Amino acid sequence: MSSFAEAWNLLISGDADTWSAIFTSLHVSLLATGIGALIGVPIGLLIGARSFKGKSVLTVFLHTLLSVPTVVVGLLLYLMFTRSGLLGGLDLLFTPALMVIGETILILPMMIVFTASAVSPLAAEVLETTASLGAGRLRSGWTLLDEARLGVLAAIVAGFGRAISEVGAAFMLGGNIRGHTRTMTTSIALETSKGEFGLGLALAFILMLIAYSINLVFYSLQQQSRTI
Amino acid sequence: MLRLATTTSVEHSGLLPYLLPEFEKKNGIKVHVIAVGTGKALKMGENGDVDALLVHAPDAERVFMSKGFGEKREEIMFNHFLIAGPDRDPGGIKKCKSAAQAMKRLADGLAAVISRGDDSGTHKKEQALWKSAGIKPQGEWYLEVGRGMGPALLMASEKGAYVLCDKGTFLSMKKRLELSICFEGGDSLLNVYSIISVNPKRHPRIRHGLARKIVQWMVSKEAQRSIGAFTVEGGTLFRPLRIQGKVK
Repeated sequence: MSSFAEAWNLLISGDADTWSAIFTSLHVSLLATGIGALIGVPIGLLIGARSFKGKSVLTVFLHTLLSVPTVVVGLLLYLMFTRSGLLGGLDLLFTPALMVIGETILILPMMIVFTASAVSPLAAEVLETTASLGAGRLRSGWTLLDEARLGVLAAIVAGFGRAISEVGAAFMLGGNIRGHTRTMTTSIALETSKGEFGLGLALAFILMLIAYSINLVFYSLQQQSRTI
Repeated sequence: MLRLATTTSVEHSGLLPYLLPEFEKKNGIKVHVIAVGTGKALKMGENGDVDALLVHAPDAERVFMSKGFGEKREEIMFNHFLIAGPDRDPGGIKKCKSAAQAMKRLADGLAAVISRGDDSGTHKKEQALWKSAGIKPQGEWYLEVGRGMGPALLMASEKGAYVLCDKGTFLSMKKRLELSICFEGGDSLLNVYSIISVNPKRHPRIRHGLARKIVQWMVSKEAQRSIGAFTVEGGTLFRPLRIQGKVK
């Protein structure tokens, strides 16, 4: 209960470190979710709607990517973006930008797989109908996506959930720099490592509160689309 | 902006948020602090991912300098390592007269010993202590946890184990630990911190001007006084090396 009160105090008192961590978490995870959706949903749509050679191999491969540990993604990107690495010249290590890249890569397979599963059971019927009406590919794809929108939205929500709760890649790629790349999750990890369990728990409450608000927005979008 | 890699022991103590604003204000920049073990900090310097280092493993630092990865290295402050353990002291460490004797008693395995096992400055020190006591630590009592100083202390506290720790972190976390100081003092447990600027010849794009400035500033009277005046719950965590009494 005291952690709950502490969480409230941190928010009300406008504690600079807490608010900066909230901002960084939201900034990184929302951007990653947006980019991930722009890339992942179309790919998921293609995979779900079409049948092609090697589809099952590809699907199993994408499912396997869901099990990649976040620190492995962190490690690979770290090696690529360290100054002596392939892309070191871009000077992105320990910046929020690289964290966005990392989280996007992490959630992409999830968005693709979930979108494909949402689209796949409806594909045959919807595409037959649109074809009989003489709709082009783009139009048909859009219609299919619209029919499967609840599942697609679920894919996006799941991606956001993984991005905002992730700690391994955020730690490695951002460096947990106070006021700059420190997120809610890396703050919790840091406070826990210092034995400040109460503060860690307070930050966890805040993270859940924020995730709840964001999900509320997604949910109301879902409800709206249900009634249309 | 200046990027400074430092050790978890410095970060957890809270020294930098207290010390750095002065430097930041003077130069109109932000210092981005990345806290990792000394081994990893040195690696970051080697790769040119940071501009300056604040670390505590003199032997490894000398190797770093001799390989040309660093430009300037200044020893700025010190405290001591200590052996923390359960207050009832099952291993009889409190009675020991020397660090070597304490290490031998630990190796009897009467209680667990937590090792950082993460190539940090403290881990390097621990390995050096085993070596000079002529012991190869192994057995069920020896637990390499591969984590930072804070988690290692918390684990030792939970398990009633011994652990080598820098005095700064121990004091700053003391009230959350069921551990007491079982062995301390002595030159063999000296813990010296240095600031190093990364060599711009190897990595032209690092912020070398600022790195050089922070090295100069850390040995200035102003910064040295601030280091000496920094306390946590009434205790001094770090002693400046450049104004009062040299290290023996």
